[in-house]
Amino acid sequence: MSQIDVPRTPRAITRARRRRAFALHWGTYRKSRPGMIGLVVLVFFTLLAIVGPVIVGANALDPSSASGPLLHGPSFAYPLGTDNFGRSVLALVIAGSRISLLVGFAATLGAMVIGALVGITAGYFGGTKIDTMLNALTNWFLVLPWLVLAIALASILGRTLFNIIVVIAITSWASTARLVRAQALTVKERPYVERARALGAGHGHMIAHHILPNVFPVLFANAVLTVALSILSETTLSILGLGDPTAVSWGRIIEQSFNAGALTSGWWWWLIPPGVAIVCVTLAFTMCGYALDEVLNPKLRAR
Amino acid sequence: MGGQHYLARKIAYAFVTLIFVLTFNFFLFRVLPGDPVGILARSERLTAADVAQLRSQYGLDQPIPRQYVTYFENTVQGRLGVSLRSGEQVSSLIAGRVWPTILLVGLGTILSTIVGVTVGIRGAWTRGSRFDRNTLYGALVFYAMPEGWLGMLLLILFAGTLHWFPAGGYASADSVGFHRILDIANHLILPCLTLTLGYIGSYSIIMRSSLLEVMNEDFVLTARAKGASDGVVRRHHAVPNAILPTATLIFLSFGYVLGGAIVIETVFSWPGIGLLTYDAIRQLDYPVIQAVFLLSSATVILATLLTDIMYGYLDPRVRAS
Repeated sequence: MSQIDVPRTPRAITRARRRRAFALHWGTYRKSRPGMIGLVVLVFFTLLAIVGPVIVGANALDPSSASGPLLHGPSFAYPLGTDNFGRSVLALVIAGSRISLLVGFAATLGAMVIGALVGITAGYFGGTKIDTMLNALTNWFLVLPWLVLAIALASILGRTLFNIIVVIAITSWASTARLVRAQALTVKERPYVERARALGAGHGHMIAHHILPNVFPVLFANAVLTVALSILSETTLSILGLGDPTAVSWGRIIEQSFNAGALTSGWWWWLIPPGVAIVCVTLAFTMCGYALDEVLNPKLRAR
Repeated sequence: MGGQHYLARKIAYAFVTLIFVLTFNFFLFRVLPGDPVGILARSERLTAADVAQLRSQYGLDQPIPRQYVTYFENTVQGRLGVSLRSGEQVSSLIAGRVWPTILLVGLGTILSTIVGVTVGIRGAWTRGSRFDRNTLYGALVFYAMPEGWLGMLLLILFAGTLHWFPAGGYASADSVGFHRILDIANHLILPCLTLTLGYIGSYSIIMRSSLLEVMNEDFVLTARAKGASDGVVRRHHAVPNAILPTATLIFLSFGYVLGGAIVIETVFSWPGIGLLTYDAIRQLDYPVIQAVFLLSSATVILATLLTDIMYGYLDPRVRAS
């Protein structure tokens, strides 16, 4: 005869605890105005990326079948004007959101996996030879000029979307690894971890059940900030001519308008919209990232 | 003798990192997807005889360990290979491009430092004021902008539409003497402005947060309690203690001189190392890309070493640890 709903299994207890924690964090996050503005902008662009192909057919992006006037300024039929193939710039920007966000998320996922793997291993085995070696590797990648490394890698691997993602992931995991290692080092010293070790927990159990959950908040806030950097990296690589020539990303639209002579001919409607989209999205990710950092890692705020 | 020990350790570390970069650079361009000639052959449809000839010309038919030794010896002696396109020595190609890049990035860094640090100090000191809020948001917006696109915006506005400045390049061909200096300055303004705007944001944010931290320290309170004026507290107590992290960041960023300006030089056709890199990317000129990667890594390693030494000199606590 229990008056309140008491969960019985350990799993249910964990689930209830997570739900409470989420509600608590969400309540704090909602009070951050920059965080909420960023979230709204992100939801908008994510929806745009998902429904993009419904609004913009493949025909509108195909240079050979585009029907609009060439290089026309904004008009009623083409709100953002047209490019040198007669394609609507608005359609290009909508289609570009898909590729740019895809590259941003996929590259970040790659960077987080490498960074978490290296950082947790180094931190968990802190002070040993493994830590020294992994730490040296991390510091080495931090020191390398990332853009030049990315250029070298991208020019060798070739211009495909997958390679761009790989290149950005390889050049951006190091700062994550350093952050995760520092967190793992402090978590490792907590009493309950010592208790688990005394009870005979193996390395795998310790990392999966004690280190990873405590490193996760740091990792998550860092991931949101890394997406912004990845989108900027994709833009830079595209402007330098290393983007996938078959994909329409915001960076590639900028590159095409630049190479077609938009600057000297004053075709501003072709150049400005993709850049504004990039600024909105990176700004939104940055604002969400800072807001999340304050919610999830209040102790780190002094950094 | 903690100081000497510190110095020796830092130098040894920089040396090991450099050898690591050399080795990485070697394998990156030879082993990963096949050698440079192989990649070139795929994209250019060279005949088998051409490929064999190029291979022996670049020593790529030798066994890998042998190639590594040769590469190491050559690099140490400053022979960075021959451009696949123009046939010129890569080292002389780079030597001809160094000064424009140093001029652009050096001036841009100095300007963004002055403005960024000033804005950061004033923002932190008047925390929460309208000035602080506006500059903070401004810094975030510039941080979120792709540098190349920012350059293009300035170019389309000031060169394409208003015609105040030239649309790119280093100087007009026919200018001489004093007029040439003015001419170069005229070409320099827009790329330099782009670089400055791109860096101000991160410098002012670092300076602001570093000063905010110091403002909570006890010695600042003591200075105020003594009756020191606001300006004195700021200039003599707070700022000198907050400047170190910012100085480190700025000093480190000098290391990115070679790599940092690639996009901006491309947009403004500024004939520095960045434009050289861009041309090399377009023409798949691997020896040039390889040399730029090596040189920029070496510059960063050197800048890191100098920063460590400077830090150890300015802050004795670092030396001891």
